[in-house]
Amino acid sequence: MKDLQPNSNSETITADLLRPLSKPGLGWYTTVTISGLLVLLAAVALGYQFTKGLGVWGINRPVFWALDITNFVFWIGISHAGTLISAILRVTGAEWRRPVTRCAEAITVFALMIGALFPIIHLGRPQFFYWLVPYPNERGLWPNFRSPLAWDFFAINTYLLGSIIYLYLPLIPDLALLRDKSSGLFRRVYGALCLGWRGTQLQWDRLERAVRAMAVIIIPVAVSVHTIVSWDFAMTIRPMWHSTMFGPYFVAGAIFSGIAALILAMAVIRRVFHLENYLRPVHFNNLGLLLLTMSLIWFYFTFAEYLTSWYGNEPEEMAVFRSKVSGVYAPLFWGTVVCCFAIPAPLLAIKRFRTIKGTMVASVLVVIGMWFERFLIIVPTLTQPKFTFNWGSYTPTWVELSLTAGTFGYFVLLYSIFSRLFPIIAIWEYKEGLPLGEHGEQTVVGVPDAELESV
Amino acid sequence: MVIDLDRCTGCEACVVACRVENNIPAVGPEEAAKGRSINWIRVERYVEGEYPDVKVKFMPVLCQHCEEAPCEPVCPVYATYRTDEGLNAQVYNRCVGTRYCANNCPYTVRFFNFFDPKWDAPLEKALNPEVSIRPRGVMEKCTFCIQRIRKGEEKAKDEEREVRDGDVVPACVQTCETKAMYFGNLADPTSEVSKLSKSNRAMRLLEDLGTKPRVIYLNKGD
Repeated sequence: MKDLQPNSNSETITADLLRPLSKPGLGWYTTVTISGLLVLLAAVALGYQFTKGLGVWGINRPVFWALDITNFVFWIGISHAGTLISAILRVTGAEWRRPVTRCAEAITVFALMIGALFPIIHLGRPQFFYWLVPYPNERGLWPNFRSPLAWDFFAINTYLLGSIIYLYLPLIPDLALLRDKSSGLFRRVYGALCLGWRGTQLQWDRLERAVRAMAVIIIPVAVSVHTIVSWDFAMTIRPMWHSTMFGPYFVAGAIFSGIAALILAMAVIRRVFHLENYLRPVHFNNLGLLLLTMSLIWFYFTFAEYLTSWYGNEPEEMAVFRSKVSGVYAPLFWGTVVCCFAIPAPLLAIKRFRTIKGTMVASVLVVIGMWFERFLIIVPTLTQPKFTFNWGSYTPTWVELSLTAGTFGYFVLLYSIFSRLFPIIAIWEYKEGLPLGEHGEQTVVGVPDAELESV
Repeated sequence: MVIDLDRCTGCEACVVACRVENNIPAVGPEEAAKGRSINWIRVERYVEGEYPDVKVKFMPVLCQHCEEAPCEPVCPVYATYRTDEGLNAQVYNRCVGTRYCANNCPYTVRFFNFFDPKWDAPLEKALNPEVSIRPRGVMEKCTFCIQRIRKGEEKAKDEEREVRDGDVVPACVQTCETKAMYFGNLADPTSEVSKLSKSNRAMRLLEDLGTKPRVIYLNKGD
């Protein structure tokens, strides 16, 4: 496959990567408008819900959780993109990561912000969400540390804080660059954010140490977060929730959907900001291989989970199992298998199809499939409680659907604004990887980037 | 509490009595069809066999006040907890409405207030002043008529004696036409419920889960 020749002129690189900040282009404005409208729609839906009560959702007895928790689990899952790509690739010193890291880290922060909204807005009384905070109050009341929801609270906050730091640290040298290149208010803001960065050897040493440490720290944090999210289900005594392998199953699914989201984000950035020279087919090829690996792992977990339920043949498990495999949820279930495995796995396994377009198609399918996978984990179990007298069903209302659409809009909006204010490809990190270049200070002209291509 | 299934006719008088006693809001037929109705006690109907050889079974189900209640550990704010007397209590003021307790209740006896509570006129004039109205967004469930338990305890205290059978009668038990329901102190070996709980007809719902329910059903088990 003929690859594009990467740029290696320092000035050109800086100009290319900073261009989105000054001239975002028509694509950017279109994206922001559409996503902004979706957010507006969700805001209207949310206002309506807060005024009338949760009855405007489709939830009922016995389906007390539905799209709210689906979106929660899905977005927390998406947030695992940043961790895997950025942290693991940094720790292992994979050179091709350089233009990918910041795209990934930003996904983590924004997806996490959206995911973390749902435990709050899904509450019956969202105004009292802070009762989950362990603060000393006059009545001596503490949250219940035995509840997986309390664990969630700590896990998500830790992860959000950690990933913001992890996004921020490698941003510092680029912020300094922005400070030097801007004027007026922007200069002051960037100047304050870059914490007096002057690019001395001591500062570089410290930064690299800090980034390395955070990369190591953030990996177990990310794994723990989705494990704890899975325990919201696994700790209960509901059929097809009470499963010991839910932790790793959820983490694998999270990384799976996260990589898909990253590929999509990169493909859009590449097109909208004309960064074809930076986000090259090799990156999509490598991420495509990772996506393939995760697809296989996802299939393995799903197979193991469903086979054991079926073989055990317990009536309550089988009721849920049947509703998924051959009952009312069968179209969604088999659709999920097609979206997450049957199409992406062969598509990504064949080198000829592992192109930018090919990985994009696979990623769109995986994102859709993983959303429905979350839905299928939550709703079928809830519709079928132990006593058949109480079996129910679930249909979403426009409020829940608007909120769901709004999450996607909100994510795109946050991401677009971020890419307008900060370089979405880490300039210093990219330059650092160039042969002969030292932190991009020296100008290197016309050196083929053989190392990058060979990975 | 002891419920004799062989005596239950499925008349649902207990359901009505409970609604009146405990200020349970009426959600209306449309919301009820969506599964939003609130019934702290309900009569589950099961039809066994094929026509014409059918048998209809009725089973009143209410909060089982489990000794090992699955709803309790999952609540992140201690809105549901076990009192010293062994009741499974729901603190409306503390509840934030995660609905996690309802998801982990194997008996599906926890209810959520999807909207502000309302009553069709003139029902709002017949509310029980001894029971608090639950706001929108909180969980609620059977309390074993805690207001009546307190009253019975106070009466016994005034008369300087222990609580005995007949001091506390929840609304459902009081109303039961066929006397299929009994209420008393299971910890007191001389009480009627204690004796009935040792009957060879006694069983508990979903006993294998280990929740140790405090509602005992009597069923000859034909």
